[in-house]
Amino acid sequence: MLAILTPLMRVIEIPMTFLEKRLGMKNPAWLFLLPNLLLFGIFALLPVALNLAYAVTGSDAILLADRPYVGGDNFSALLQCDSYLDPNSCKDDLFWRAVHNTLLFVVLQVGLMVTFSLCTALILNRDIRARGFFRAVFFFPVLLSPVVVALIWKWILQREGILNAWIDGMGWQTFNWLLDRNWAFGWSVFLSIWAHMGFYTLILLAGLQAIPRDVYEAAKMDRATPWRAFRRITLPLLMPTMLVVLVLATIKGVQTFEEVYAFTGGGPGTATTMIIQYIYETGFAGAPRLFGPASAASLLLAAVLVVLTVVQLWLNRNNVDG
Amino acid sequence: MSQLVLRDVRKSYGDLDVIKGVDLDIAKGDFCVFVGPSGCGKSTLLRMISGLEKITSGTISIEGRVVNDLPAADRGLAMVFQSYALYPHMSVRQNLSFGLENMRLPKAEIDAKIDQVAKMLQIEQLLDRKPKALSGGQRQRVAIGRAVVREPTVFLFDEPLSNLDAELRVDMRGEIASLHRRLGNTMIYVTHDQVEAMTMADKIAVLRLGEVEQFGAPLEIYNNPCNIFVAGFIGSPRMNFVEGRVDSIADGTLTVLTTTDERITMAADRFDTNVGEGVTVGIRPNHMSVTDLATADFKVNVRDTEQLGGESFVYGKTGQGAAITVHLSGQTRFEPGSEIGAKLDSEHIHLFATGTGLSLRKGAV
Amino acid sequence: MANVISFLTRTRGIGKLHWTDWLTYGYLFLGVLLMFLPVIWLGLSSFKTEAELERFPPRIIPMQQETIIVEGYDEPLPLYEIVSGEFEGETLAQIRRVGLVAQMIRPDNPDERLKVDINDRQAIEKFALATENYSELFDRFNFFKFFWNSVFITSVATMIMLTVNSMAAFALSKYQFTGRMVVLGLVIGTLMIPQTVVLVPLFLITKELNMADSLWGVIIPGAATPTGVFLLRQYMLTIPDEILDAARMDKASEWKIFWRIIVPLSAPAIAVLAILAIMWRWNDFLWPLIVLSSNDNFTLQLALNSFQGEMNTQWSNLLAMTMLVLLPIACVFVFLQKYIATGIASTGGK
Repeated sequence: MLAILTPLMRVIEIPMTFLEKRLGMKNPAWLFLLPNLLLFGIFALLPVALNLAYAVTGSDAILLADRPYVGGDNFSALLQCDSYLDPNSCKDDLFWRAVHNTLLFVVLQVGLMVTFSLCTALILNRDIRARGFFRAVFFFPVLLSPVVVALIWKWILQREGILNAWIDGMGWQTFNWLLDRNWAFGWSVFLSIWAHMGFYTLILLAGLQAIPRDVYEAAKMDRATPWRAFRRITLPLLMPTMLVVLVLATIKGVQTFEEVYAFTGGGPGTATTMIIQYIYETGFAGAPRLFGPASAASLLLAAVLVVLTVVQLWLNRNNVDG
Repeated sequence: MSQLVLRDVRKSYGDLDVIKGVDLDIAKGDFCVFVGPSGCGKSTLLRMISGLEKITSGTISIEGRVVNDLPAADRGLAMVFQSYALYPHMSVRQNLSFGLENMRLPKAEIDAKIDQVAKMLQIEQLLDRKPKALSGGQRQRVAIGRAVVREPTVFLFDEPLSNLDAELRVDMRGEIASLHRRLGNTMIYVTHDQVEAMTMADKIAVLRLGEVEQFGAPLEIYNNPCNIFVAGFIGSPRMNFVEGRVDSIADGTLTVLTTTDERITMAADRFDTNVGEGVTVGIRPNHMSVTDLATADFKVNVRDTEQLGGESFVYGKTGQGAAITVHLSGQTRFEPGSEIGAKLDSEHIHLFATGTGLSLRKGAV
Repeated sequence: MANVISFLTRTRGIGKLHWTDWLTYGYLFLGVLLMFLPVIWLGLSSFKTEAELERFPPRIIPMQQETIIVEGYDEPLPLYEIVSGEFEGETLAQIRRVGLVAQMIRPDNPDERLKVDINDRQAIEKFALATENYSELFDRFNFFKFFWNSVFITSVATMIMLTVNSMAAFALSKYQFTGRMVVLGLVIGTLMIPQTVVLVPLFLITKELNMADSLWGVIIPGAATPTGVFLLRQYMLTIPDEILDAARMDKASEWKIFWRIIVPLSAPAIAVLAILAIMWRWNDFLWPLIVLSSNDNFTLQLALNSFQGEMNTQWSNLLAMTMLVLLPIACVFVFLQKYIATGIASTGGK
C-alpha cells in the first residue's frame, strides 16, 4: 500500500517543499491541512449550512431560490406531541416511532455489542493458539456490505430457511420471523451486532495489548484475584479505549439504516423504521419530496449526536487531547 | 575566539519565563556542560541553540553569524537525543545516511562516511539491523554516529546517558570524552548529573530557574562556587552548611558564631565581610576531621556510618538540625547516637551571605 | 493423533487445560460457527438450482435430479427409481405428472407410456453445482463493467483519502498552531454528521461541480471522511516528538518528515484505515445510488440492488451475485490479514 503511494509522495514533495520555503517555517501545519479542509468545507460543512437553509424553508422545490421561508414551522410540526412517550399522540407519528425505534436500537445494540466485543477481546488477549485466525473470524463480517449482510440473514430466516428447517427438525413450530414486530426488531439488532462487533473487538484488543504485562504480575504479587485484577486494572486502563469505542459505536448506531432497510424495509409496519429511514423516505423516496421536514429532522438528529459526542469526548478529554 | 555566543537569550511561554537572559561564550573545541536540577531550563536552552525551539529575544551566533532565524537544519549542528530518537523503521545504515541524503551528497561519499564512522564507533556489524534489535548502549552509539557522520561544527547532547544503566553510563562517558578528544569539535552537553559534568567538561554552566548561576572550569566551580546553590549542587557528597553570624574580625582571624553558640575560626583575609553579618559556613565533607569534643568547631550527632573499606562516611546532624556528612579515609566507626567533634580545615571554608546566598570570598563575582 | 490433541490442548502453563481454557475455546468455537456458517450456507445455496432452493427442509449439499435425453422429447426428462408397485426396481423417466399419477417411460423404450403412483417412485439425484446461476450473471449483465467501476472507485478513493487524511492528522498531532482546536473541533464535529443527514445539499453540490453520474462524484465527496483523520491522529500522537526533531536536525523538510518518518511509522494505523476505506468504498450503497444514474456507471452494490428489483427476487441468481460481491473483499481480507495482525501487534507491543 505504502509502496503504491511513494511516487505520489515524491511528486507532492516538490510543490510542498517550495511552499514551505516560501512561507517560511511559520506554519507548515496549514499546508498539510489544506487539502483535507478543502474537501471538508465543500462536502461536509457547506452541506450542513445548506441543510439549515432547507430546514427553514417549505414546499417541494429543490432550488433554494424557489423555496419560501417558513421559519420554525418544520421543527414545530415535528415536535408537536401530547406525550413524547407515545408516538401515536404526535402530529408526525412516524418520526416519533422512528425516534423510539432508534433509541431502543442504539441502547440494545451498543450495549450488547460493546459487551460482546469486550468479552471477545479479552478472550483473544489470552494466551491462545491461532489468535490471528480467530481474530480474523470475528472481523470478517465487518467487511461485508450492508446489502450482503441483509441478504445472508434474510436467506437464513426466511419462511423456508435453514433456521425454520432446524426448528422443524426439532419438532417445534416454525415461525415467520420477519413478519413479527418484536422478532424483526430483535433480529435487526442481532444482525447489526453480528456485522459490526469485529471492528470494535479489534480496537479493544489493541487497547488490551497496550496494557503492560508487569502490571498484572505486580497485581499477582499483591494477591489480587483474577476478577479483582480485571476490575481494578484491566477496566480502568482500558477505559480510554472503551470510551473511543462507545463514541464510535453510538455514532454509528444512531445512523443505522442500510442493513436494516435492506433486511426488513423498515417493517413489518413501522417496527424497524429508524430515523435515517424516516429522513430518506420523507426527503427522497416519497412524493412529494418534503425536504423541509427531512432537513429539520436531520438537524435534530445532528444536534443529538453533537451533544452525545461532546459529553463522551469530555469524559475522555485527557486521552483525546494528548 | 568564541565559536558560540549567546547574548541575553530569553524564552517565555506566555507569561512564564523559562530562560531569563542567558549570556554565554563557548570557545571552539570546548566541551561545555549545562548542568542543573530538573526544570532549570537546560534542555530548553540546548533546543534553542539547536534551532528546534524559537527564542523570544536575544541573539545566538555561531562563528560570528547570528542564527536566530536559521532553521535547525541549516545551523550546522548535530544533536544526540535523550531517547536516542533513532528512526525505528530504518536500519542503522539508513539512520546514518538519512541526513546525508537530505544534504544531497553523492551515494559513494555517503557510504564512505558511514563506513568510517561505523568503524570508529565499532558499530560496523550492526549496520543492517533495525534499532529494535539493538541494546541500549548500541542504540546510543548509533545515535552518536548519526551526529558524527554529519560532521557538524557543534555537537549537542541532551541527557544522552540518562537511559543507560550505571555501568554503561561510565563506559559511554569515557567514550564521549575520547570522541571529543579525537574530533576536537565543540560539544554542548546537557545533564542533571553533576558527576558527568565534573568528569567530562572543559567548562560547566550551572543553571537554575532559567539563569546561568556560574560558568567556568569544573575545578574552578568546585573550589570557588559563586553562591550557595552552586556550592550545594556541585560536588558529591554535598557540601555541609552551618548557619551563623560574623562575631569578630581581629588579628587576621575571623570568627563565626553559629546559632548554637559554637565558634568557627578562619583566616580573615580570604573574605570580604563585616562583623555582625549573617553568614552560612560551607565545608565539603572531605575537608573535615573528627576530634574530641573540647577542640571541635562544632558537635555532630551521629546517625550512621557507612564504611566502604578505603574510606568512611559519617552521617549526622548539627545542633541546628542540619544534615552533616563527614568523609574520612580509612576505616572508622562511630556508635549511632553518639556525639563527635567536627574540626574544619579552615583553608577550605566557604562563607556565603545569608539571604542572597552569594559567596563572600574576596574577588568573588 | 495423540500429538494433535496434545498440541491443541497445550496452554501457557504445564499440565492440563484449566476450565477457563475450555470456556475460551468453547466461546471461540461458537464464534467461528456463528460468523462463518451463514456465509458458507450462502455459498452452498448459491450453487443450488431454483427447484432445490424451494425444497423444505433444505439439504446441505447442492443436489440435482439426474435427467436423461430421450428421443422425441425436447427437454431432458427427470429420472426416477421405482421403489414399489408394478415396476419395482426399474429406472424410469417421467414425462409429466397428473394428480397422484405420473406418466413415465422406459428410457430405452420411449413409446410405451406407463402410469405410476407418485408415492411409488423416488428421484435419482447426484451432487451437482448449478453453475448456471453464475454464468447467467455474465450473460444477462455487464458484470465486468460493474466490477471495474467498483474497483476504480474503491482504489482511487482509498488512495486520495489516505493521503489527505494522514496529512491532516500529521498537522493536528505534531504541530502547535493557533486554530488547532478549532480544526480538531470541526473534524470531530463532522465525525458526528453522517453523510446520510446531508444527502440533499450534498447531491446539489456534487451536481453543481459537474460530478453527477460520474465515478468522481462518488470518489471525491467520500474522501472527506473525518474518521480517518481522527484514527490516524490518535496513532501519530504516540510517535515521540524527538524523532521529528532528529529528522529536522538531519535537514529533512517538513514534507520529508511526513512521508519518510511519520507515514512509515504510522503504517499499522494507515493499514487499518486502508482496510476500512476499501471496505467503505466497496460496500458503499446509498451515495452511489443517488449520484450514479446511468447503468454503465453502476457499482456492484447497485447492480445487486437493481438485480433484486428486476428479477423479483430469483434467489438462485441473487445468491450467486451476492457471492460475487462478497468474494473480492474476502480475498483482499485474506491478503491483508497478516498486515492487520502485525499492525495491531506493533500498536500494542511498543
